[in-house]
Amino acid sequence: MMAEKYEIKISGAKDMPPMAASLGKMLVNKTGSWRNIRPLVIPEKCNGCSLCWKFCPDFCINIDGDYPIINYDYCKGCGVCAHECPTEAIVMEEEIK
Amino acid sequence: MRPSHLVGGKTMKTTIPKEELVYSGHLACQGCGATLAMRYTLKALGQNTVYSVPACCWSVIDGPFPYTSLQIPLFHTAFETAASMASGIQAGFAIRGKGDINVVAWAGDGGTVDIGIQALSGMVERGDNVLYICYDNEAYMNTGIQRSGSTPVGAWTTTTPPPHFKKSPKKDMVAIMVAHHIPYTATGNIAYPEDWIKKVNKAKEIVGPKYLQILASCPPGWKHSSEISIEVVRLATSTRKWPLYEVENGNYKFTRMTRKFVPVSEFLKLQGRFRHLTEEEIDVIQLLVEEHWADLCAKAGIENQFADKLEGYTEKVKKHHPQWFHIEED
Repeated sequence: MMAEKYEIKISGAKDMPPMAASLGKMLVNKTGSWRNIRPLVIPEKCNGCSLCWKFCPDFCINIDGDYPIINYDYCKGCGVCAHECPTEAIVMEEEIK
Repeated sequence: MRPSHLVGGKTMKTTIPKEELVYSGHLACQGCGATLAMRYTLKALGQNTVYSVPACCWSVIDGPFPYTSLQIPLFHTAFETAASMASGIQAGFAIRGKGDINVVAWAGDGGTVDIGIQALSGMVERGDNVLYICYDNEAYMNTGIQRSGSTPVGAWTTTTPPPHFKKSPKKDMVAIMVAHHIPYTATGNIAYPEDWIKKVNKAKEIVGPKYLQILASCPPGWKHSSEISIEVVRLATSTRKWPLYEVENGNYKFTRMTRKFVPVSEFLKLQGRFRHLTEEEIDVIQLLVEEHWADLCAKAGIENQFADKLEGYTEKVKKHHPQWFHIEED
């Protein structure tokens, strides 16, 4: 997700007038700067239920591996993942500047 | 390095499709329920979809021109016209032989139950092949929490400050749609994405107008902290304040049955917008919940196992709060 280039292109809307198509992705907006508290994953406690991924409102949790990996570029620190985790494998910690 | 007990074989399981059609970096508040509603909907609908979005939270969340956080075409339209614009888009596609594209009108509760209701009613009456989805956060959250027709009874908003909190119950939009003889309508909840995805998939296959309404929590508007965003809406269903059901050709069917009695105060006490309510006023809300549930059970043709909760309630509550039931005192 992070490695993508933010090039301007019109995709998936070839037969629409250009003004109706969008020209860029909101990935340019790094919402990680909104965060006050940061989620930390404890892989030992994770049971692989992927509830954190399912309920993440910023879609910044990657579950392709064995345990969730959080993309701190976009995490807004809402704390839903830590609250929903059944095994308390995610803890929220104060963001340190 | 991966911990030893996870090495080899163990992978994360999912119960909903993994494909993401919404980008990170959108402009929603922390813990926003509307973004989750959009995400689950697009997981079900897929890439072959066009959206018509009026003024609502999602016209902001999507991002400023020329950026977008959706991987599908989206048409920003005026507040009243989400449904009529979707009708037009669908007619345009149909005439060009592209009738298989999912045309979705995506509006908030203000743009559905108050401002957009005549366009929606017209769309359903004409029988256009459009899926209308209302994500219901129970007030005009985008403009600063003003009361809408969908705001529940007893709620604080900036235009209904206590003691003049909202005195009339929430508009039952699904019942209004059933009165239009709509082929398919259902309610959803962001805490139950599997249930919601099943309903959207079902609606996708039906030709004709479809109306779905999903309850989405709003931490700034409902005045709760962002981490309990999912817990709050889950309680809305388990207290039967927001039952999950579908209506197919007039046949009611519960998609999630509640067996255990949970008082509605469990749902109310988590939210700051209900903090001013007294115990008698919570009784009124409990009565409205029981009445709605009894009505739904009768329509679905099943036994109401909470029927005893209704006994003796009505007289007690109506005596205390005649103004809530539009009874004139002489």
